Amino acid sequence: MKKLALALAVALVLALAACEREKRDFEPPQGNATAPTQRNSTIQPGQAIGAAPPSAPAMPTTAYTVENNAFALSQGKRLYRWYNCAACHAPGGGGDWGPPLSDATWIYGAEPQNIFLSIAQGRPNGMPSFGSHIPEDQIWQLVAYVRSLSGQVRADAAPSRADAISANKPENRREKETPVIRLPNDGAHNK
Amino acid sequence: MMDILSPAGPQAAHIRELWHVTVLLCTLVFAGVLSVLAYVLWKRPRAGEADTPDLAARGAPEAGPRRRVSAAVAASVLGLLFLIVASVVTDRALAHLSLKDALHVEVTANQWWWEARYDDPQASRVFTTANELHIPVGRPVIFTLRSNDVIHSLWVPQLAGKKDLIPGRTATLHVRADQAGSYRGQCAEFCGFQHAFMAFTVVAKPPAEYEAWAEHQRQPAAESGDARAVRGRELFLGTSCVMCHAVQGTSASARRGPDLTHLASRETLAAGTLPNKPDALKQWIRNPQQFKPGVNMPATNLPDSDLDALVAWLGSLQ
Repeated sequence: MKKLALALAVALVLALAACEREKRDFEPPQGNATAPTQRNSTIQPGQAIGAAPPSAPAMPTTAYTVENNAFALSQGKRLYRWYNCAACHAPGGGGDWGPPLSDATWIYGAEPQNIFLSIAQGRPNGMPSFGSHIPEDQIWQLVAYVRSLSGQVRADAAPSRADAISANKPENRREKETPVIRLPNDGAHNK
Repeated sequence: MMDILSPAGPQAAHIRELWHVTVLLCTLVFAGVLSVLAYVLWKRPRAGEADTPDLAARGAPEAGPRRRVSAAVAASVLGLLFLIVASVVTDRALAHLSLKDALHVEVTANQWWWEARYDDPQASRVFTTANELHIPVGRPVIFTLRSNDVIHSLWVPQLAGKKDLIPGRTATLHVRADQAGSYRGQCAEFCGFQHAFMAFTVVAKPPAEYEAWAEHQRQPAAESGDARAVRGRELFLGTSCVMCHAVQGTSASARRGPDLTHLASRETLAAGTLPNKPDALKQWIRNPQQFKPGVNMPATNLPDSDLDALVAWLGSLQ
């Protein structure tokens, strides 16, 4: 009897631990709607010609809550393809024209907030700014997915499959890299 | 209305014939079985409590019942064989649609909408639309079917049978509409949360009207001088819309969501979910999840006046 109770308790704890894994928000926060920053170029992180520069450009107004959310991670994986991240960073994040996202090297920081700003503001040498083009919840999904590329998220939440043939290991089987902030020494991305 | 009993073309007519044959045969069998059952229940003298059981046939096969069971089995097999033959004949009839001078349309299913790309030997005459397919009456149409995510199934009961769209594979469906009209189609294979809201319309119209429609669809988006529409266009190109939608004649060229070049010419929004009215469009853009929970289109966090401008521009895309 005691054993049964213990087994039930363990099962309950395990089941509860899985509760949030695929939590999905159908009602994204509808905060104070504000006119978006107009962008007239796909390259420049910027604002309308003649407008005053925003004091804190493209800072997130919501918190990062999707690190270990399986739904958000696979949605991030879909958006990585849809929004053409894969064109420069390669499918699976191995890097091409853009720096790799699956290794330990980070130029602008590996923290979720750093990645958010890199996506939202853009970075020199080719990273466009997506601040006014991608809604914040989707940027966070992309952030979570980008982190999964170098094994930073929990393996039971990271995507385990791809829609197409993939040359890389699935994200949930990546080794966890220890982020180092430096310029890559391949000579291609440190101009 | 989705009605397999009022076909608008030869393919659906063949299927209706098969339906009639099947229903007739099954009705006959059903009525036959029930009448035999009623006969044995009521006609035969029943044994009383005092009667001794009739054990005469024990050990020896009963010739009468055995013959009757064999006859019933043979009749069932013949009936089933007849249905199989009818099905094969129907299939052959479906395959024999003449495809001379056929119109080619590539249909791609997505969660949860339909993309239609009208092919043409001349590349500049190819155009793309969504959720509303116009076809000429009397001319065969070859649908090339693909899926971008999961298995879907295309079904327009008044024109043809179902055909699955399987990711990584290409299927074809041959259709001809002989009567002008508007026919509702529906995804017929469960494909996720909003499977039920994955409808489309096939509009069959006389060839001349079809040509006029196609010519109009090939044109880039209409230019509007209205100040609100200009602001709406700017918003469309400067916010998240442009990441997924295409509007020919502007820099928006993404293929992840429905092509909106002639949005205002369509009857419905979001694959048959909402009527294409400014108010519905505004609500849809503001928060699509409230109509189609799970849909990939994100909510748009814009002030009311900007949403109105956006809707004004989209409304001008005739």
